[in-house]
Amino acid sequence: MSSAVKVNALRDAFGNELARLGARKDVVVLDADTSSSTRSSVFGKAYPERFFDVGLIENSMMGIAAGLASTGKKVFVAGFATFMSGMVYNVIRQSICYPALDVNIVATHAGITVGEDGATHQMLEDIGLMTGLPNMKVVAPADAPETIRVIDAVMEGKGPFYVRLSREKVPDVTEGYEFRLGKGLVIRDGSDIAVISTGILLSEALDAVKALEKKGISASLVDMASLKPIDSELIRKLARETGLILTVEEHSVYNGLGSRVAEVVGEEASARVRRIGIDDVFGESGTASELLAKYRLNSEAIAEEAEKLVEARRK
Amino acid sequence: MSITNESQADEVEVLRLQELAYQIRSYAIQMIYNAKSGHPGGALSAADIISVLYFKEMRVDPKNPSWPDRDRFVLSKGHASAALYAALALRGFFDVGELMTFRKLNSRLQGHPYTSTPGVDCTTGSLGQGLSNAVGMALAGKLDGKDYRVYALISDGECEEGTTWESALFASTHSLDNLTAFVDFNGLQLDGKLLLDLSRIESMWESFGWNAIRIDGHDIPSIIGAVERAKSTKGKPTVIIANTVKGKGVSYMEGNDHYHGNPPENDQKYKQAMEELSAKISSIREEIKKLGGDIR
Repeated sequence: MSSAVKVNALRDAFGNELARLGARKDVVVLDADTSSSTRSSVFGKAYPERFFDVGLIENSMMGIAAGLASTGKKVFVAGFATFMSGMVYNVIRQSICYPALDVNIVATHAGITVGEDGATHQMLEDIGLMTGLPNMKVVAPADAPETIRVIDAVMEGKGPFYVRLSREKVPDVTEGYEFRLGKGLVIRDGSDIAVISTGILLSEALDAVKALEKKGISASLVDMASLKPIDSELIRKLARETGLILTVEEHSVYNGLGSRVAEVVGEEASARVRRIGIDDVFGESGTASELLAKYRLNSEAIAEEAEKLVEARRK
Repeated sequence: MSITNESQADEVEVLRLQELAYQIRSYAIQMIYNAKSGHPGGALSAADIISVLYFKEMRVDPKNPSWPDRDRFVLSKGHASAALYAALALRGFFDVGELMTFRKLNSRLQGHPYTSTPGVDCTTGSLGQGLSNAVGMALAGKLDGKDYRVYALISDGECEEGTTWESALFASTHSLDNLTAFVDFNGLQLDGKLLLDLSRIESMWESFGWNAIRIDGHDIPSIIGAVERAKSTKGKPTVIIANTVKGKGVSYMEGNDHYHGNPPENDQKYKQAMEELSAKISSIREEIKKLGGDIR
């Protein structure tokens, strides 16, 4: 990888952008004792009168967010993904999604790259939980620049949104690109296989695609940050053009990006879909890079999977 | 005791609120029997509280249900929806004829409250969420410097939910004195008698920083008095623990947990319920007439 590429944390981008746009008087931000980790504290320092570190009351925080939004507030709720989805699922369902309120959940520390904290904190099922809720929009940005654009889109749009962020610092791959809800970002065009990733594994996928190119395999690369709505049109196009799709996510292979892509492709049976993610197991402690290697989600593993698929078809 | 004109008027108003409570009960039973499903017990126990809120205390405009400065009401025990819908219709938010669509396909009157119904301020049903929504509304009122008040009606069973206490602690921490919660303390939940020990209910709320008032939840002047005390209490939220009878007003439903979630079984049971409620309405009207009040 080029040493000129900047490396940044998505949560820093989130906190700074939220604070930058925070002059809007209708914006209220809630966090449940994780603000220094989620970086919602940046907003809190700038606008203390509209920031509430509510205490360890995650379920009630979601209800309080709904009550605030019902009066016309634009509410952001920040916290770790495991607490912001599974723990509070039914409150999000009844109090936020059913009445379609402008509550925007920014869930940091998603996926296996949370690392040393282990399985309790590695949320691997949240995309499935949140995409299953009517009215909910789900976005998993790839890097800091995309996080900034997603927060801008959330600020301009109307919730409920679930924005999934991972903790690791990653290279700024999407610098200069646009973000549009419901649209995938084509990073590279190719003809042998299409690699679609969501969240911070984009940089691993990009390295994989570069390695494949050296081996004479032409791979498309798509950043599918917008998981709901998802870019079905692009998925169908990639399926028709390459006949082979490899999805990459730090989420369970059930009910995540791979499932959603397979659903779209399955409607017309136009391609083979191979999903790589966490294979229906809980995570464990380790560094992020060790875990990506062990669970076969790093660039080497992605390239190997892609190569196997292309070779199998050539036979 | 001699009655001054002023107190006479008050007495008539109390009787009118009582009559409205029985009309709410009567419509609730009709709606539930018509739908062949619903929750009569908790609707009947809450009717007097809902009557006082919608016909005396709350600042609402039926022609403008989303008026930003309105008082808010959160029926956290959403299964009592029939009583809320009846009150909203009687208050003029929509036609009383619509009440008979309750729980039917394509109706605005869903089994549990949903904000598509004019006048419904909060979506509820899964227990333990209403108070947190009310807290958010009250917090917004403080942030915006508005003087609206927020009322939540929660069940005694909901005092078993952890979220109720999370929200209670947040409300007192943030001095939300624009928030008043009623506990409809009828002593029964779906499976029968309260499953957890709530005998210290008042001191529980007090220890969470609330002003706690205990009243007879079927006594209109007590309900009015408690709301007035809540309004004048500064610096902390108030909880009004209202002792009620589940199924109040229909003799065979009173204190009978079977009618938590079951309609009258047959036409005879339905007829009996309606006759008892109508008789009560007639006798209240007679009293109003005796006091020289108009019958509406």
